[in-house]
Amino acid sequence: MTVRTASERRLLPALAGVTALLVVASLLVGGYGISLTGLFTDPAQLEMFLISRVPRTLALIFAGVAMSVSGVVMQLITQNRFVEPTTAGTSQWAGLGMLLILITWPDAPVMVRMVFATAAAFVGTLVFLAILRRVRTRGPLIVPLVGIMLGAIIGGVTQFLAARADLLQSMAAWSSGGFSGIVQGFYEPLWAAALVAIVVWIMADRFTIAGLGEGIATNLGIDYRVITLIGISGVALCSGVTSVVVGFIPFLGLVVPNVMRLLLGDDLRRSLPWIAIAGVALLLACDLIGRTIVAPMEIPASVIMGAVGAVAFVAFLLRGRQRA
Amino acid sequence: MIAIEQVSKRYAEHVVLGPVSSEVPAGGITALVGPNGAGKSTLLSVIGRLLDPSAGSVRVMGHDVQATKSADLARIVSILRQENRLEARLTVRELVAFGRFPWSGGRLTFGDQQHIDRAIRFLHLEDLADRQLDALSGGQRQRAFVAMVLAQDTEVVLLDEPLASLDPKHAVAMMRELRAAADDLGRTIVIVLHDLNMAAAFADRILALKDGQICVEGTVDEVMQDAVLERVFDTPVRVHRIDDRPFAVFTP
Repeated sequence: MTVRTASERRLLPALAGVTALLVVASLLVGGYGISLTGLFTDPAQLEMFLISRVPRTLALIFAGVAMSVSGVVMQLITQNRFVEPTTAGTSQWAGLGMLLILITWPDAPVMVRMVFATAAAFVGTLVFLAILRRVRTRGPLIVPLVGIMLGAIIGGVTQFLAARADLLQSMAAWSSGGFSGIVQGFYEPLWAAALVAIVVWIMADRFTIAGLGEGIATNLGIDYRVITLIGISGVALCSGVTSVVVGFIPFLGLVVPNVMRLLLGDDLRRSLPWIAIAGVALLLACDLIGRTIVAPMEIPASVIMGAVGAVAFVAFLLRGRQRA
Repeated sequence: MIAIEQVSKRYAEHVVLGPVSSEVPAGGITALVGPNGAGKSTLLSVIGRLLDPSAGSVRVMGHDVQATKSADLARIVSILRQENRLEARLTVRELVAFGRFPWSGGRLTFGDQQHIDRAIRFLHLEDLADRQLDALSGGQRQRAFVAMVLAQDTEVVLLDEPLASLDPKHAVAMMRELRAAADDLGRTIVIVLHDLNMAAAFADRILALKDGQICVEGTVDEVMQDAVLERVFDTPVRVHRIDDRPFAVFTP
């Protein structure tokens, strides 16, 4: 339907190629030496590959999809480019839900923790949207400020409760966004992210239209509240599952959709696959950097992502202010 | 075409509209005018089911707008409010194509493409069709949104101050295009206008609101009278005839 620019024609295949290379690198790089030939000749290598390396890489892929898709959905729902799960408090609510289940039911199965974290993320996002509805001046910077403050409050409450329950350490270890502990049997809930991404893609036109505002969405016969609820449910599921399995991954959902938006525009049907791919690429790159620069130790991917993302966030804010 | 029955809207104890009753006939342009806070936008939003009335009902072509499924209504009536997201990164053509959503559900047929092309031509947007909305001037963007609702191909088109932020040249061009949409495409257009003389020049009928009530309604000549307008606007007005058209001058 739309004319693609030359840069798009060259950039998108390049992005796909880089992502594929990063996937291969993630499968091969690590403390335990694995080579392509070794996979076929050495059963021990193959076993290690299947138990640890494949799950870790799949976890990275799904978490990348989860956070970048969550980001763009939240940006369309709030009509604000600076919102994503960690700047809206959604991830922090998921953390609170996770802690509450740790305190009340320490041996809860993973599925129960997941449900709790997701439910808390859902409630938290509704609270965020309810506050936004009451804020009179909805300037582009107010929205993320409200979200960051809300997230800080919830994060503070979580810290306090964790300190009282003597869970600060496990809380810190769990929320730091590490992929090093991911093994078979631990990452599988992240498949939910793929499910959410497919649902969002099927409904892509509706989300794009919702992004044009409630008036236009209603005019075109779309139930804005239903779309918002579906969007929040997807975001909550992604944030909840990601928080439980790998912890917080800050700013990914902010950086990737904004960069892809500059390249591909706001038509989600066109941009969503590329947003997901770019999210995977960025998270894989952060994880690989964290794995290699201090080898044999590791820096969690979220720390690298936080450093990259914070700079990008400030850059976007400054850019947004110039235009506003 | 549009039957408004005892419609009122209040927030807490504060009544902003009604109860009002009226009947907008098929075809032509009906202008909603009146002082600030008279309830023009509220009435338009209720007709276009963007706002639920506190009491009363609106029927568009026999369909109760509150009871009819929104998706079905989107093929009968379209509404464009003032606040449109300015920073959308969509091309003009992509935006106009979304006007077909109620018909296509997202899969554009050849017929949809023809509607899109026609709407773009109608608003003289051919040269801008592949430009991003956020790279357009306010007036160009306004025309793109109007093209979207025309591509929606509804019998009834509701527009809230489409001339806001347009200079005289583009305001007149917009009104000509809407006049053509009424005359050539047979649309029924209801439009909130701030500029009384624009309404007099381009509309067929004027409905004047004041303090949430219908103050007067009728043809342009019936409404454009000194005494009538003074009652609507609470300020001295003289209507002159220039080139055989009524022209209201607010006495300084």
